[in-house]
Amino acid sequence: MADETLDAKGLNCPLPILKAKKALKGMGDGQTLEVLSTDPGSIADFQAFCRTTGNELLEHSEAGGIYKFLIKRVV
Amino acid sequence: MPKTAEETIGNAKKMTIICTKGSLDWAYPPFILGTTAAAMDVDVTMFFTFYGLELLKEKLNLQVTPLGNPAMSMPMGGMHMSMPNIVGMVPGVTAGASIMMKNLIKKKGVASIEELREAAVLSDVRMIACQMTLDLFELDKKDMIDEIEIGGAATWMESALESDINLYM
Repeated sequence: MADETLDAKGLNCPLPILKAKKALKGMGDGQTLEVLSTDPGSIADFQAFCRTTGNELLEHSEAGGIYKFLIKRVV
Repeated sequence: MPKTAEETIGNAKKMTIICTKGSLDWAYPPFILGTTAAAMDVDVTMFFTFYGLELLKEKLNLQVTPLGNPAMSMPMGGMHMSMPNIVGMVPGVTAGASIMMKNLIKKKGVASIEELREAAVLSDVRMIACQMTLDLFELDKKDMIDEIEIGGAATWMESALESDINLYM
């Protein structure tokens, strides 16, 4: 179970990333954020975002058109 | 704006974007890239000159025109509709196209320029208005959002020289 969940369903690029960044900013080292999105571009974008910012993408999956990302905040 | 220790660790890369266009379609690329870069811990400077200054006005009323833009075709009832230039010249067509585009933007969950600009402000994107163009077009800083600074070519150059990415839009 993630520490926080961000519902970014229905939002288009770059809003899921901007909102995820905002949520992560308020979290502590090691806490986890679950992001739900319907934007197919977010699959590549969250991987790139995590590689660049050093936050850890623990897992990502898709079910019924909804993408789920689990990100560990790394300070 | 001085960064906290936390903000400067990690990815201390820098980017500048020169924004020269003030139409709705041209407003998106600089604000999308600027805010996303800031979200990825890049230090972003946006320099607004000529029609780009329009994007800094407190009240935005951005328009998009099909005139001279043969690639602009809008989805409509499962098809795509483009407009011949002659139709684009008819009074009211630009306003109509702008309303259509704004409706699409809302429907598709795309951020408005107001939202993206607000995100840029909140993520400490540095926004510089070109002094020369303010003079040229007799624009007043009072009509612009508060979070801007005023500068010129040398101000941009200083940022550009220490940046990893410099874009012109």
